[in-house]
Amino acid sequence: MSSSHTQTIDSQHTASLLRFMTCGSVDDGKSTLIGRLLFDTKTILADTLTQMTRTSEKRGLTAVDLSLLTDGLQAEREQGITIDVAYRYFSTGTRKYIIADAPGHEQYTRNMVTAASTANLAIILIDARKGVLTQTRRHSYLAHLVGIPHIVVAVNKMDLVNYDQAVYEKICADYLVFANEIGLAQSQIAAGNDISFIPMSALNGDMLVDRLDNMPWYTGDTMIEMLEAAPSAHTEHNEPFRFPVQFVCRPHASDNPELHDFRGFMGRIESGEITVGDAVTVLPNGYQSKVKAIQIGDAQLQSATTEQSITLLLEDEIDTSRGDMIVKTSEAQAPVKQIDAFVCWLSETPMSPARTYVIRHTTRESKAKVGTIHYKVDVNTLEEQATTDLKMNDIARITFKLAQPLMVDSYNSNRATGAFIVIDESSNNTVGAGMII
Amino acid sequence: MTTKQENPRQPLSHLDWLESEAIYILREVAGQCSNPVLLFSGGKDSLCILRLAEKAFRPGRFPFPLMHIDTGHNYKEVIDFRDQRAAELGERLIVRNVEDSMKRGTVVLKSADESRNKHQSVTLLEAIEEFGFDCCIGGARRDEEKARAKERIMSFRDEFGQWDPKNQRPELWSLYNARSHKGENIRAFPISNWTEMDVWQYIERENLQLPSIYFAHQRDVVMRGGSIVPVNVPLVNGEVANPVKAGEEIINMQVRFRTVGDISCTAPVISDADDVSKIVLETATSTITERGATRLDDQTSDASMEQRKKEGYF
Repeated sequence: MSSSHTQTIDSQHTASLLRFMTCGSVDDGKSTLIGRLLFDTKTILADTLTQMTRTSEKRGLTAVDLSLLTDGLQAEREQGITIDVAYRYFSTGTRKYIIADAPGHEQYTRNMVTAASTANLAIILIDARKGVLTQTRRHSYLAHLVGIPHIVVAVNKMDLVNYDQAVYEKICADYLVFANEIGLAQSQIAAGNDISFIPMSALNGDMLVDRLDNMPWYTGDTMIEMLEAAPSAHTEHNEPFRFPVQFVCRPHASDNPELHDFRGFMGRIESGEITVGDAVTVLPNGYQSKVKAIQIGDAQLQSATTEQSITLLLEDEIDTSRGDMIVKTSEAQAPVKQIDAFVCWLSETPMSPARTYVIRHTTRESKAKVGTIHYKVDVNTLEEQATTDLKMNDIARITFKLAQPLMVDSYNSNRATGAFIVIDESSNNTVGAGMII
Repeated sequence: MTTKQENPRQPLSHLDWLESEAIYILREVAGQCSNPVLLFSGGKDSLCILRLAEKAFRPGRFPFPLMHIDTGHNYKEVIDFRDQRAAELGERLIVRNVEDSMKRGTVVLKSADESRNKHQSVTLLEAIEEFGFDCCIGGARRDEEKARAKERIMSFRDEFGQWDPKNQRPELWSLYNARSHKGENIRAFPISNWTEMDVWQYIERENLQLPSIYFAHQRDVVMRGGSIVPVNVPLVNGEVANPVKAGEEIINMQVRFRTVGDISCTAPVISDADDVSKIVLETATSTITERGATRLDDQTSDASMEQRKKEGYF
């Protein structure tokens, strides 16, 4: 990273991308952390800084309030709170980063779940003076529930505890006790994932981009080293090929005989890889064929991989439309008409078990009815409680009955084909987020 | 399935990832909406989206027409380029004019020289109603401005075209919800996650052609309120925009535009970057944000973009 305030350019266009989230409140120094990452990578420019300084002065503050960077909306500035997830960007030249910045308060569980849904790494901030708090437990549970593979526990404000190694180690030990209690540590390890710890001072800059010399006893990676080394999504395990069809291209070009029979299945590879000649099955109908060609625009590919948006051509003329899923015949899963899932309720209107909702899973939709609400989880104590309804920010284990079959995997094994949203057709709002067990 | 292995797969490069995400979003619009439209101004962001649409839908036609809301105060070079590009692609281009809204009386300027930029919203809403569009695809990016940082990829607008920041649909994973009832509207932003640098790198990689005014050129300007303001700009209809005011001194300067829009609110920057690779370098060393440098409309207050979006702006 450059200190001369010049963005480093990736001239070969080969930089990878990492999406991560920050959990914590303004009090934990979250805004300072983000502000420093953005500033040290030259993402905050002079005019933004000037505007922030002016606003800080107008409010009678003596120092520049870095949280102004993350409070985007008028309503938020008026109330001095953050009410929505904001996305921030910075680049180091070797990597582009997308930060999902979620507000930390209890009533914003839904924002945390939203931010976590696309993150591959979570930074959980702990104030060194306060140690592991209820909100730390909540953030950890939610990060785990939403399947973030890499968790970094950042013990911040070390400057306020005299950079005391004992304080840091006590907090790490407390955290591990709690992580063991809730099964977080075990399941992170079982899934090949990890929890890392780092002491830092976002305000001073200790262990962020530079090590500085206040904590010689810490020999682990700095924050930026951890971010640079963290794996990108879908790079750690072999996954089965899952290709939900988004759109079918049939040009019907009467003036071009080559295109007369063109039938391209367009979509993004949600997981796995595909090669020309592979035997595939189209679900839910079970038609079988072979891959004839793979295209991105004009380019013909021999094979394609996860996260690529492609067009697939098959050997046989098969009736396939949006919402179908193309899989490798050897890895085909059985379509299901009932799913068991953890659901986070997102809407101010409580869930009504008597109503029919729409579930969108990949590019497919089905009407759904609530079968059983098994229990809800108290996100602070992690206790399971009996319940008959679901209010905003509640998380419950629910069985849904489906009108149409869905082609699912468990969320733990595949975040793309294990996730769904619940839609209320009367408002068309997204009212729930589900993770299939 | 979950056994850890040594790098079973290399990650996509950031440009490949962003491209793939944008193609996915465009196809979701095509799959979920019955009558979408792509807003196309001839500017660099919308030119990237055209390339993405080619990659998303060729060899088929685009499943939407292109539309430009023309204030009548656009640079001639950009308008010519807009028409040329639409013709090359063989796609349908709809143009609706703020001047027609003025004739209808739905746009009333406070004074003859008031900027028409914010009045585009009125003409846009009229066009949405005229054609019954249920989704408008736009080139806005979250890094442009802080009211945009919280914008959804699929952003819901009510039947008055209003954006309610406190009542947006949660957006999780890549399960985008573009449903709307009749009269309501979705704004879809396929390059939300791109930065100005990503856009220029993509233009460089894809070798995209751009209107000439993005590159360094000589131009008559004056200094007005701390900004460089182009003067005596010839328009498509033969008129001249931004006439020089009494007492102002015309300077002929080498400049380029970082953003391109209505003449009244887009200022150039001093630059000698006359090709894309030089612009990439200049972007990396700039100390001023894209909008801060060049968008006169965003400098009024902290909340001006948010305010315009609430009123139906893209």
